[in-house]
Amino acid sequence: MDEAALDALIDAGTPLFGIDVKPEWRAAIRMHLAISFGHAATLLEADLPDHLDPAPVFRA
Amino acid sequence: MSGFTPATEIAAAVASGRTSATAVVNDCLARIERLNPLLNAFTTVTAERARAKAAAMDASGTKRGPLVGVPFAVKNLIDVAGLSTLAGSKINRDHPPATADAPLIVRLEEAGAILVGALNMGEYAYDFTGENAHEGPSRNPHDTQRMSGGSSGGSGSAVGGGLVPLALGSDTNGSIRVPASFCGLFGLKPTYGRLTRAGSFPFVSSLDHLGPFARTTADLATAYDAMQGFDAADPACVDRPADPVAGLIGSGIGGLRIGSAGGYFRAGASPEALAALDAVAAALGATETVTIPEAGRARSAAYIITTTEGAALHLQRLRTRPGDFDADVRDRLIAGALVPATAVVQAQKFRRWFREQMLHLFGQYDAILAPATPCVAPLIGQKTFVLDGQEMPVRPNIGIYTQPISFIGLPVVAVPVPTAAGLPIGVQIITAPWREDIALRIAHALEAEGTARAPLPKLKD
Repeated sequence: MDEAALDALIDAGTPLFGIDVKPEWRAAIRMHLAISFGHAATLLEADLPDHLDPAPVFRA
Repeated sequence: MSGFTPATEIAAAVASGRTSATAVVNDCLARIERLNPLLNAFTTVTAERARAKAAAMDASGTKRGPLVGVPFAVKNLIDVAGLSTLAGSKINRDHPPATADAPLIVRLEEAGAILVGALNMGEYAYDFTGENAHEGPSRNPHDTQRMSGGSSGGSGSAVGGGLVPLALGSDTNGSIRVPASFCGLFGLKPTYGRLTRAGSFPFVSSLDHLGPFARTTADLATAYDAMQGFDAADPACVDRPADPVAGLIGSGIGGLRIGSAGGYFRAGASPEALAALDAVAAALGATETVTIPEAGRARSAAYIITTTEGAALHLQRLRTRPGDFDADVRDRLIAGALVPATAVVQAQKFRRWFREQMLHLFGQYDAILAPATPCVAPLIGQKTFVLDGQEMPVRPNIGIYTQPISFIGLPVVAVPVPTAAGLPIGVQIITAPWREDIALRIAHALEAEGTARAPLPKLKD
């Protein structure tokens, strides 16, 4: 995974969420973000039917 | 009675007057005092409350209930009146004490059980290790240099070490089944929505479950029965009648169709995990291999839902008190905040698809077997291990075999299998939604036959 792209996402996203990332945290955050994007890619490649409902807990 | 006397035997002895609740509680508290410095399972011992409860029970002369006089403890994300609900964190130490016990504690006490304390756990339940940066790790009673497993590590350590015969934990991605595997115990993760989660600190509402640990299937079933029943205070709790199982677990397994999961569930498994799975399958005559479709993708979906819901839950604390988190938890949660919503929605859509596939499989099988963990307990502090030939981080990957199952809320009993190496390992017995009875019958058959049992640790008592 492109480390520079992950760093750019950390740099752009964390201030928007009001999270102050210390330099010494970055490598671990990047590693976990890479793992999550790997899982996200696996999911987004899934060919699911358009009409399939998501499975939230809420019931009216 | 020793620390390893089953809960049902304790209850029978108290009910018959062969011993008193006070004697049982005093023995239990003495054992906790001796062994907790070694195992670090308890964060609070409610000795005064337990002694008062036992004394009142003995004085009343009414010793009723299937768990009468049985000591138990709960993971410290479950509300105990008078204690701050820590959920393994430093931050929650600032929370006011809970004003009431969680409903599951109330129900166990209505069955006669006596709470003796709150148990160590991984911070905010986001770990599989049993390590805790603030309290120190809970330790594996079979080798105190090794992980208890997480996140209900204190629950595994306390029951595995014989400090209590029963404990409660929570399981979002494997947090009952992993410590049950590492500490050599029976653990039940019921169907999603079966047991109320009211009065517990959440982690991932879409996936959170509560359930019991025990050293025998009879104890597990008895505790589970005592806790069943609808509770409107938990929006995920399903309004359906209780299905008592304790009287059914010995009814045999004749006619049950049992398969053993292959593919994803064997890739990466250590020789110990495969040997345990194969021993259980052989004992049950389960010769068919079951292919669970897209299990890896199911695990990915569980991972995405977990990291994003967890990040949303803790975002305010990440903003204001980042330095008070366990660094391993904080950094994962910050990463979770940055995962796009497209992945989360797709994960929830995939959840629907995967559920349909699994329900179809349960038309062919009554139960499916799978490893609970890929290996026996790693060393405390170990950061990586080898899975399927690849070096991987330990913390996110211990749950590779549990995550796809809890993802769709299937009930599972984890059964302990002793290994030649001296460390136990667990096997999951997975059934269709609401069929805890089948999983417990199979677990009981394995216990009676001898393949599954909670081994005694070599702790000095």
